[in-house]
Amino acid sequence: MGDHHHGPATGVTRWLFTTNHKDIGTMYLWFSFAMFLLGGFFAMVIRAELFQPGMQLVEPAFFNQMTTLHGLVMVFGAIMPSFVGLANWLIPMMIGAPDMALPRMNNWSFWILPPAFLMLASTLFMEGGAPAFGWTFYAPLSTTYAPPSVTFFIFAIHILGVSSIMGSINIIATVMNMRAPGMTYMKMPMFVWTWLITAFLLVAVMPVLAGAVTMMLMDIHFGTSFFSAAGGGDPVLFQHIFWFFGHPEVYIIILPAFGVVSQIIPAFSRKPLFGYASMVYATASIAFLSFVVWAHHMYTVGMPVAGELFFMYATMLIAVPTGVKVFNWISTMWRGSLSFETPMLFSIGFLVLFTLGGFTGLMLSIAPADFQYHDTYFVVAHFHYVMVAGAVFSMTAAVYYWLPKWCGRMYSESMGKIHFWISFIGFNITFFPQHFVGLAGMPRRIPDYALQFADFNMMSSIGAFIYGASQLLFLYNVIATIVSGERVSDEKVWDGAEGLEWTVPTPAPYHTFEEPPLVSKPAGTF
Amino acid sequence: MALFASFTAAQNQVNMSPGVTEIGADIFELHMLIMWICVVIGVAVFAVMFYSIYAHRKSRGHEASQFHESTKVEIAWTVVPFLILIAMAVPATSTLLEVYDNDEAELDVLITGHQWKWKYEYLDETGENISFFSNLTTPQEEIYNTETKGDHYLLEVDEPLVIPTNTKVRFLITANDVIHSWWVPELAVKRDAIPGFINEAWTRVPQEGIYRGQCTELCGAYHGFMPVVVHAVSPDEFQAWQAAKRGAAQAESQLALQTLSADELMAQGKTVYETACVACHGAQGEGGIGNAIAGSSVVMGDLSQHMAIVAKGVAGTAMQAFDAQLNDVELAAVLTYQRNAFGNNTGDIVQPGDVTGMNNG
Ligand code: HEC
Ligand SMILES: [Cu+2]
Repeated sequence: MGDHHHGPATGVTRWLFTTNHKDIGTMYLWFSFAMFLLGGFFAMVIRAELFQPGMQLVEPAFFNQMTTLHGLVMVFGAIMPSFVGLANWLIPMMIGAPDMALPRMNNWSFWILPPAFLMLASTLFMEGGAPAFGWTFYAPLSTTYAPPSVTFFIFAIHILGVSSIMGSINIIATVMNMRAPGMTYMKMPMFVWTWLITAFLLVAVMPVLAGAVTMMLMDIHFGTSFFSAAGGGDPVLFQHIFWFFGHPEVYIIILPAFGVVSQIIPAFSRKPLFGYASMVYATASIAFLSFVVWAHHMYTVGMPVAGELFFMYATMLIAVPTGVKVFNWISTMWRGSLSFETPMLFSIGFLVLFTLGGFTGLMLSIAPADFQYHDTYFVVAHFHYVMVAGAVFSMTAAVYYWLPKWCGRMYSESMGKIHFWISFIGFNITFFPQHFVGLAGMPRRIPDYALQFADFNMMSSIGAFIYGASQLLFLYNVIATIVSGERVSDEKVWDGAEGLEWTVPTPAPYHTFEEPPLVSKPAGTF
Repeated sequence: MALFASFTAAQNQVNMSPGVTEIGADIFELHMLIMWICVVIGVAVFAVMFYSIYAHRKSRGHEASQFHESTKVEIAWTVVPFLILIAMAVPATSTLLEVYDNDEAELDVLITGHQWKWKYEYLDETGENISFFSNLTTPQEEIYNTETKGDHYLLEVDEPLVIPTNTKVRFLITANDVIHSWWVPELAVKRDAIPGFINEAWTRVPQEGIYRGQCTELCGAYHGFMPVVVHAVSPDEFQAWQAAKRGAAQAESQLALQTLSADELMAQGKTVYETACVACHGAQGEGGIGNAIAGSSVVMGDLSQHMAIVAKGVAGTAMQAFDAQLNDVELAAVLTYQRNAFGNNTGDIVQPGDVTGMNNG
């Protein structure tokens, strides 16, 4: 190959044509942050309308477009790509590989994303408005009764699916083929393990989602009736297909988050991860169980009682491996030498709030009780505890933790801590009261509500504005770090950090591990 | 009981309501049981974590030990939670079986979700079904904040579902267009209303009262505006109500044979318009989801075309067929109203007799 691979190309072509895993990782991360702000803006519109009872700012139809786009953008635009970005940056560096296994495909899987989201966002300006049927797009509201823009939505979902599948194949190929000598599977860092399992989940379920939207397309434009009862089809079939994708999807989102905190907690406890092997098995069990619990989202559709019981028991079972994980993290901290830099704060925030979301998840799994919880704000509270305090907090922790390695500069620790506390408090003011209004009977996805829910909704909205604003502080902190943060050159950056990525120079050079390192120590030991 | 009712309707309720039915109470107990188990586990686990955060900090000079495995504890914290889950599953299963016990109902009510109102139909062996629509009555002025909101803002309807107390009532739930979900928290009944399917649910309400709920499945723009109101009355009162309903239906058909004055038609037309049409056509006939009524060439043009659209709907659009939802008098009234309100001033009067053919044809 000669030695012509020095640094990156210059100008915009560097980004357009790059096959470098670090460049692609960076683009994924920035893109997902932009989507996070966009989805956050939609959330602000929602919370502003819900600030008081009565219709103030938007019309009910537009409100539904906001809830729909908020969900779609956050799930498919912010959270998923952010973890793919992290995987791109870190997996090669963690397993001692020079790059991803399929670098050109890597470039593609990123570059088809921005047009897909541009198309999705442009539906807002189309006649009939953007999709307004919720991110779960149940038929026939999303077919016979959908606005014309639904066709663009379907196309966008297809592109996102293709991107995810390509990204996953890449990760699987990289992890299976490009580990440094001595890096056996059971020596891989937890983050690599969780991503490997996630990638398999993605490859398994994204085609199912593609099937669902294709059937919608057929129903809308080609006269089929997969989901239309009038033509002999079945609207409930849609929900089964959707959740067969949708339930693994939530683990697709949360497993890499587990991986992140499994890296960070040991580092700031200065102690190896407790129960590494059981963590791997727990992750695999969660992934397996995620395929057999989908209908717990559908307890009220009128399934036969045997079905209800099966899905209830299977769902309750998930609490076991999830509990194992939480216990392992706490045992990792136990008798460590703890310090509380920003990444650790966000990880502990994750641990506490995710567990709370896990508890409400267990409550929701109880089918008879779910008849009262289903489709209320109790569910909204539950999944924001696991998606925001789970996935987003861990992602934030990851950025603070690895940013110095990426750019060779240290972020402002005091600003980071302020960001954590404002986020933590704002988050809880927003979502804790939603448990109350949900239990008291407020359905989700309504633009206006009965008077008894007014106080808690106002509180929720205030919390949301606080939480939203704290993200701007985060953005500022990251940019300030990149531009003018204090330089760090120590390879390790954090004294407790372990893993191959901390053996390369800081900032990480454009090409790392062109010569594979030799791995002898088991993962996470000193 | 009055005290209890005021508690559940109170501001800032923070917990699930035990409701008024036996099942509601069982579900409530189950909910509390699981919640307390979670609280106890949570407190124990986080006590350990916070102790560690306090005692094992580097700033206090704590040295890290290096243990990182213990098969014994791993087995313990896999098995113990599993046993706890089994303990939870037992009451959960028995409550679920109760919820599913739809047999031996004494009264059947067919509930059909429409965008955005509920239709109730009492199934009667003699075939003389009573049926009616239940529409939101909260005025647009309250929703758009020009008038003070009433006590039952968004949870009030023109005609509630009336059921007898201490009677096993079975609900057969379906939908006409998209999926809805019929929920009354106090009765602990929630079931999806799905086009093409008939789901079953049941209740036995021990005490008289008014119980309010909402549609809980996103069903389009006005999903937030289709409340459920159930009025539980004594069986005697229920009999009387049924008789009155049947009588009123007969009177309606009598009325349909009469000629009404322009004022009567306009007054009733306004009422019909404001419950059935305003959501899509606007309070001033300015349009919205539907097109403008004010100045519409259809409305001001040929009566038969106007009548056809209202009675049969426009296929493939949100404009539904109203012939099954409105009786002849109401149809005539709303047609008259649309032709004369909002500056349309055609001067046309439509009599119930004019639409009779339409309505059944
Ligand atoms: C769910 C929304 C909705 C409701 C409720 C509704 N309409 Fe409509 N209406 C529409 C739509 C959409 C159209 C336009 C149909 C088309 O594209 O031709 C329409 C069209 C019409 C038209 C034809 C107007 C024109 O200029 O073409 C009339 C007349 C009309 N509606 C009367 C009524 C009446 C009377 C009611 C109440 C009894 C009512 N509508 C309730 C949605 C609605
Ligand atoms: Cu509905």
